[in-house]
Amino acid sequence: MATDASYGNALAGGAQTAPSRTALQIVHEWVTTVDHKKIGLMYIVSALLFLVVAGIEALLMRIQLAVPNNTAVSPEAFNRLFTMHGTTMVFFVGMPILFGFGNYLIPLMIGARDMAFPRLNAFSFWCTFFGGILLYLSYVAGSGLAGAGTAPDVGWWAYAPLTAAPFSPGHSTDYWTLSVLLSGISSIGSAINIVATVVSMRCPGMKLTRMPLLVWLYTVMSMLVFVTVSPLTAAQIMLMFDRYLGSHFFDTQAGGSAVLWMHFFWIFGHPEVYVLILPAFAFANEIIPVFSRKAIFGYPAMVAASVGIGFVSLSVWAHHMFTVGMSAGSNTFFVLATMAVGVPTGIKIFNWLATIWGGRIQFTTAMLFSIGFLFQFLVAGLTGIMLASAPFDWQLGNSYFVVAHFHYVLVGAILFMLFAAFYYWYPKMTGRMMSEKIGKWHFWLFLIGFHITFDLMHIPGILGMPRRIYTYEADRGWMIWNLIISGGAAIQAIATIVFVYNLVWSFFKGKVAGPDPWDAWTLEWAAASPPPPYNFPQTPVVESRRPLWDIKHPEDADAYYE
Amino acid sequence: MATSQYGLLTQQPLEPWELPSRGVVGMLCLILAEAAIFLIFVVAYIFYEGKSLSGPTPAEVLKIPIFSTICLLSSSITVHFAAHALKHNKTRQTSAWLAATVALGTIFIAWTGMEWYELIYKEGLTIKTNLFGTTYYSLVGLHATHVVVGLLMLSLSLAFSLLGWQTEKHYNRLEVLSLYWHFVDAVWVVVFLVVYVFGR
Repeated sequence: MATDASYGNALAGGAQTAPSRTALQIVHEWVTTVDHKKIGLMYIVSALLFLVVAGIEALLMRIQLAVPNNTAVSPEAFNRLFTMHGTTMVFFVGMPILFGFGNYLIPLMIGARDMAFPRLNAFSFWCTFFGGILLYLSYVAGSGLAGAGTAPDVGWWAYAPLTAAPFSPGHSTDYWTLSVLLSGISSIGSAINIVATVVSMRCPGMKLTRMPLLVWLYTVMSMLVFVTVSPLTAAQIMLMFDRYLGSHFFDTQAGGSAVLWMHFFWIFGHPEVYVLILPAFAFANEIIPVFSRKAIFGYPAMVAASVGIGFVSLSVWAHHMFTVGMSAGSNTFFVLATMAVGVPTGIKIFNWLATIWGGRIQFTTAMLFSIGFLFQFLVAGLTGIMLASAPFDWQLGNSYFVVAHFHYVLVGAILFMLFAAFYYWYPKMTGRMMSEKIGKWHFWLFLIGFHITFDLMHIPGILGMPRRIYTYEADRGWMIWNLIISGGAAIQAIATIVFVYNLVWSFFKGKVAGPDPWDAWTLEWAAASPPPPYNFPQTPVVESRRPLWDIKHPEDADAYYE
Repeated sequence: MATSQYGLLTQQPLEPWELPSRGVVGMLCLILAEAAIFLIFVVAYIFYEGKSLSGPTPAEVLKIPIFSTICLLSSSITVHFAAHALKHNKTRQTSAWLAATVALGTIFIAWTGMEWYELIYKEGLTIKTNLFGTTYYSLVGLHATHVVVGLLMLSLSLAFSLLGWQTEKHYNRLEVLSLYWHFVDAVWVVVFLVVYVFGR
């Protein structure tokens, strides 16, 4: 463990006493900032706000489905709830929170002072923030189906021709299209920024082969954003042309094709899953080695597997469309491609296990969430392989089995790694540790709630319960399962409240962290906590993958072995 | 063991450290993203080819735009010369080549305007008419939008050059702009082949 003295300079940079300012000055500073750390925090906070909103929508759906023939919400409101829940979670929670962590961490990890294009960075954040506001503005400002309210109600994938002007009168679908378009522009801007930063802003000695794996994975994720979010943007433009200019892209009456929209949407939609999961892998790559007290196992294999996932994930989209009725050749291709993506993913799981193997494991809250992630991601991958088989998908496509599968990925893997990332990097961002005691409560409550909800959700799916139904008859045999699932959702809600309480409590009362509370090895821990606006008073120079290990153990520095 | 004041090891001499220009990298990324957008519109055009339920068809109304294509493609050469001249701080040459680029681009966009005028008012083809109109106007229109954006930026660069505000230290920016313009031209080659050669 290094003494604080070796960080003397870095600390001195952060310990300026700020003069007291008015609230207006503080707001002005945040609104006009181009600092990657402030923008990163704004991404994270705005995503957390939308997470709460979309979480409440999920709870309302679970209340409605808890018992048969329920009328807790109206059928129209239910359609809006699942549309808004899905759209919000993917575009205004998942993407921004992951970009937020990337924004905050990438420049620090590669020894840069800011992102390559700071103003583009601010533009991207405000684009996605106002995109989210626009989506929710539909509740008060859009005119939807006659007498049936306002918010979008076409599902998060908005299949044609339901989105055509005659079937979706009013402006609710336009709110969906425009806000998703804004989110897409923001994502492309952020991705440009990340790639340019990684290519052009690395500190001396930070070769590509020495970059932290987090930075590698964000680079792969950004490359994926270029080729997957853009098709969605193109499809949204077409949909707007259809709705406003009377063109016929998805107008089946004039020879247009509804299936084409499905292809365009899923060319985005499936790689999007990898866009969301790669940052989760990125967090795991940083957190698991530190709490196993071992360097990551198989760094080159990890990089190769990530790039491999990037490429293979581009050729799997139509596994969302087995039930549409494609040719046998197409089905076979997409079955095999989907199963092939399991290979690089499997390599990653084995590498994480090999990293933990023989390590001196520290069961901090961040590590607990990471272990939960490993197990749950494995299960989610296995149900994914099941659904990848076309005949199995014909039976269970669009059932609660599918809902359980992808929530296992999104909650069990991505959200668990996000929680781990919060516990791991919160000290860096705020200068204070999160409470481990409250954190353990959060972990166990969330773990129990998660498994009650999403393990059991597979069962009504196998029993034939379709997704997106408003209610069901009592004699279907789904009742008891749905009741328990809703109970699990309530436990998750309580765990989330515990988490939010921990965030707020630790901000004021948490233990002061110091620059390097975890005895970690990457460059962000060389800066003060929180880092000063310029990050490093002097540009760092690195000579290995673990520069801080080299400082702490000069007699056994990694630099000698590379 | 010698350590810097950061504590990071510095005992080995560092190799020279130079990284690519962030502007060029950023533009290449934007081009990749834009290429994906165009790809989707081209796929839609090819997918709907010959599937219109009513006329007019491409063979009936489209003329091959040879002259305007030559103009647009040559403007790629002139913008390259403009950037090259700026690199050596020959600002008057830069202005001349930029003016030529803007002129050639304007000819192209004017030709597209006339073509659209004829299609709309003489042939009665609009974006609403049939699938050909839908896909044709959106694909060619998306490209034309990019031409207009490029022309605005090139005109701005030309104005700065004429005012003497643009010197060799701005070379990198003009290089980034010329990359964009090359991309717009390259997309036109695809659009030209798909719409006017194979699609007729």
